[in-house]
Amino acid sequence: MTEKQNILTCAEFQAQLPELISSGQPIADHPHLRTCGLCSALLAELQTIVDAARQLFPIVEPPDDLWEQIESAIKEEESKPAEGQPAKN
Amino acid sequence: MPHSRIPTQPDSAALPPPAADSTPQPRVSPALTFARAAAPNPTEADALARAQTGDHLAFAHLYSLHKRRIYSLCLRMVGNIAEAEDLTQEAFLQLHRKIATFRGDSAFSTWLHRLAINVVLMHLRRKGLSLISLDEAMEPTADEGPGRSFGTPDPALAGAIDRLALERAVGELPAGYRLIFVLHDIEGYEHNEIASMLDCSIGNSKSQLHKARLKLRDAVRTGSRQEAQR
Repeated sequence: MTEKQNILTCAEFQAQLPELISSGQPIADHPHLRTCGLCSALLAELQTIVDAARQLFPIVEPPDDLWEQIESAIKEEESKPAEGQPAKN
Repeated sequence: MPHSRIPTQPDSAALPPPAADSTPQPRVSPALTFARAAAPNPTEADALARAQTGDHLAFAHLYSLHKRRIYSLCLRMVGNIAEAEDLTQEAFLQLHRKIATFRGDSAFSTWLHRLAINVVLMHLRRKGLSLISLDEAMEPTADEGPGRSFGTPDPALAGAIDRLALERAVGELPAGYRLIFVLHDIEGYEHNEIASMLDCSIGNSKSQLHKARLKLRDAVRTGSRQEAQR
């Protein structure tokens, strides 16, 4: 880590945060985080939010009659003549 | 490609209800009929190959394999049950129209997932959400910019989060933020994929995701403070 990273202000560090987080690299050892409880807490809280949000959205079953609606729409589409084609008898 | 957080297995073999028919018949679903006809274990590949030739029972089987994931995706993206049902229907109608064009360059489930996302994005654009100008509309305000104060650490967020508060916060996210949050943090798409889908820059995708997370954090903190005051 460079000396420049050591002297980042919170504002500068937080401005870099989207890029740091999305880099996929571990940032827990970032020099700024070693000395800044506020930004460390922010990062931990954001991670907690993301982890919790993943549990919020389970895979759910659509209503039973949805297939009937889809099938009916498919039949309706198929019964329409294609553009430029005569209707089937 | 979505990364590994996305389930790669199709949904369990829950079957759709039988097709409406004027002739009284035992209630056997088309997908089950297909499954029996293609016994012992019809695979997705079998069903796909048949559906591409216009086999309706095979298409019904594909529906039964993927309906839960596609419906859940739509529900996550729009947060509204009625809209999610309409969008799921539209996604499978689009699939029916385009299935013959699937060439297997990617996994079928990945292709279908992207098709469904495009259906949702089209819907949101029709509703007036300009995904391209989202960036301009969401330039940081004075209290959102890098210089904002994040306050002291919140012990309530250090451990378990109030599920209801978070659910409410996600529900109240502006549509653009919600979209990027769901696509990245829930569905597992990378920023370059999201940028391509939303026609925005990778940097914008990253910064909007960050803002979405900050908004959620703020909303949960506010909720937990209000709860503590009661």
